[in-house]
Amino acid sequence: MLRVSLREISAALKEGRVSPTELCQRCLSFIKATQFLNAYITIAEETALKQAEESEERYRGGQILGDLDGIPVAVKDNFSTAGIETTCASNMLKGYIPPYSATVVQKLLDQGAVLLGKTNLDEFAMGSGSTDGIFGPVRNPWSYSRQYREKSVQNSHTENEDANWLVTGGSSGGSAAAVSSFTCFAALGSDTGGSTRNPAAHCGVVGLKPTYGLISRHGLIPLVNSMDVPGILTRCVDDAAIVLGVLAGHDPKDSTTVQDPFKPFELTSFIDASKLCIGIPKEYHAPGLSSETLALWSKAADLFENAGAKVMEVSLPHTRYSIICYHVLCTAEVASNMARFDGLEYGHRSSMDKSTEVMYAATRREGFNDVVRGRILSGNYFLLKQNYETYFVKAQKVRRLIANDFVNVFRSGIDVLLTPTTLSDTVPYVEFIKEDNRTRSAQDDIFTQAANMAGLPAITVPTALSEKGLPIGLQFIGRAFQEQQLLTVAKWFEKQVKFPMIQLQEMMDHGHTICHHQKSAFFS
Amino acid sequence: MRKSGGGRMWILRCGRSLRGAPSGGASYWGGLSPGSRFTQAASGGSDGREEAAGDPRRRGRVYQNPTWQHVEQRPRPEKKVTVEVLDHLERLALVDFRNWEGVQRLEKAIQFADQLHAVNTEGVEPMDSVLEDRCLYLREDNITEGNCTEELLQNARETVEEYFVAPPGNIPLPKLEERDTFLQVSE
Repeated sequence: MLRVSLREISAALKEGRVSPTELCQRCLSFIKATQFLNAYITIAEETALKQAEESEERYRGGQILGDLDGIPVAVKDNFSTAGIETTCASNMLKGYIPPYSATVVQKLLDQGAVLLGKTNLDEFAMGSGSTDGIFGPVRNPWSYSRQYREKSVQNSHTENEDANWLVTGGSSGGSAAAVSSFTCFAALGSDTGGSTRNPAAHCGVVGLKPTYGLISRHGLIPLVNSMDVPGILTRCVDDAAIVLGVLAGHDPKDSTTVQDPFKPFELTSFIDASKLCIGIPKEYHAPGLSSETLALWSKAADLFENAGAKVMEVSLPHTRYSIICYHVLCTAEVASNMARFDGLEYGHRSSMDKSTEVMYAATRREGFNDVVRGRILSGNYFLLKQNYETYFVKAQKVRRLIANDFVNVFRSGIDVLLTPTTLSDTVPYVEFIKEDNRTRSAQDDIFTQAANMAGLPAITVPTALSEKGLPIGLQFIGRAFQEQQLLTVAKWFEKQVKFPMIQLQEMMDHGHTICHHQKSAFFS
Repeated sequence: MRKSGGGRMWILRCGRSLRGAPSGGASYWGGLSPGSRFTQAASGGSDGREEAAGDPRRRGRVYQNPTWQHVEQRPRPEKKVTVEVLDHLERLALVDFRNWEGVQRLEKAIQFADQLHAVNTEGVEPMDSVLEDRCLYLREDNITEGNCTEELLQNARETVEEYFVAPPGNIPLPKLEERDTFLQVSE
């Protein structure tokens, strides 16, 4: 029941095969059973059940609000939610209860969605592993899948298998794990440099980054104002289109949303591949790309070609500089955005109060972790008067070059670019923490952040399992505001590759807290 | 905007004969850099696809080898960050390095960012936002919401009536010599 897609469960609700409260309760108990994944920070049990009851009333009266009515969803913990604690996985905002909801959250609630809870992330969405928040790291559900366990028994000799659990990728790791482990049908993440697509690829789910300016950022605690977008994580491309249809559109509260009217669309199942032109950017074969991902990328290119599409190699010459440019711009904007946390009006406040400066400094010392402080200090360095031209303005110029690369490619007739999402499949936590956060981000964001720099839509589609039994995803980058075309291609691709469903029986046994009759109901 | 026609014909790699191609033939290939192996490999005139398949470096359209390498970063001693700058940064950011590891993190970040200087940005304007070609929405200057004093005060730790309480201001942070910080240990 919980494994079906959003569209299918919506149909089930409409036909009365399941009720919203029953669905909500199942999801909530499943969340409890998978607590060891640490995907959720806050579980809004009472409000969720209330929302489910209200939805049930609407279904009974035949007055449902839309396709999302009664559907359990989860939201990353850097979106403000009225009445529900929003922490950004940081001590700075621990205990902070926003007085308002983010526009995207409000839109979901207005459509009748049931908000199950807030998911775990890297502190302030800085990181590529979902390992650096104060609530601990998120575990990848695939660590407990039959597919991975079967392969790892052959390979490893460790007795304690539990110590080798895998990271989800970041920073929306909690959202990705929540969707991947069937505790909700859709989740919101945020995407600044790949924070939605990276964990989506590692957790075997679909991660969509819409065009910058399409979805409102009002209420999303900002990281990089010129690159942040709310991201959508779902189990299939169709579901992502449904959620996008609800969320997109101009918001008067966010001046950076475009005023063009947005029409929600339905994806066709069939495309005429012969009219399609796919671009393969040669610079995206970056050093460190695993041979498996490379093979899948080649296979995907061949797949499109065999279907009759034109597959062309293209060049994005400034690709190798884009991660460096991102690093400078990101830290500079972070330095500015984190300045609002001073303890006076909200959040953590230090008890040192000799002067405002001392109080601010102490509050920020106590509230931020190493990663955040490191980025703030780097950002301030790049913004110093003596460095402004050589670093910040230079990075802005390189950003224009990168954006122009994409413009040139799309102008030459390419419809969609096909690239890998990550360098390889995910790694165990003990491996991941051997390098520090900044190095990991520089490595892992390499394919994803260029789309943020140029503001283009991108989607990662789970493609196949690696030799270790772990998901690998491929990324499609589309033209600005052409989400319909992008998603149509992605949906066709998804249908061709038939990515296997995660088999989580072992995870249920690991849970230990769920009684047997419930267990059989979940997997009926 | 989709290009018209050209749907069914395979467009040859060398771009020389484009049956059914749109009228702007030359600019159609604008996205390919002239020096790329793609156009060079196809200059032989045969169907580029077969040639590419035979090329051992390429299978299909995807390169089998990385097309660039990371540049090894060496620390530059003349650009080491001075204690004065570190102190200045701590004051500006009101965030502390805490230990030498924090300083090393900054130095590595600078080293990483230094690679940008290799890019030629002559005549390029800096880009602030990807939406720079559009006019952003500005609403009318009318009051549409407010009167939520209580809600806003709820999140603050120290309040008195309708005020946020702040410690006394205009007192600068103690100078480096007077503070108890690891930065005082001279290098």
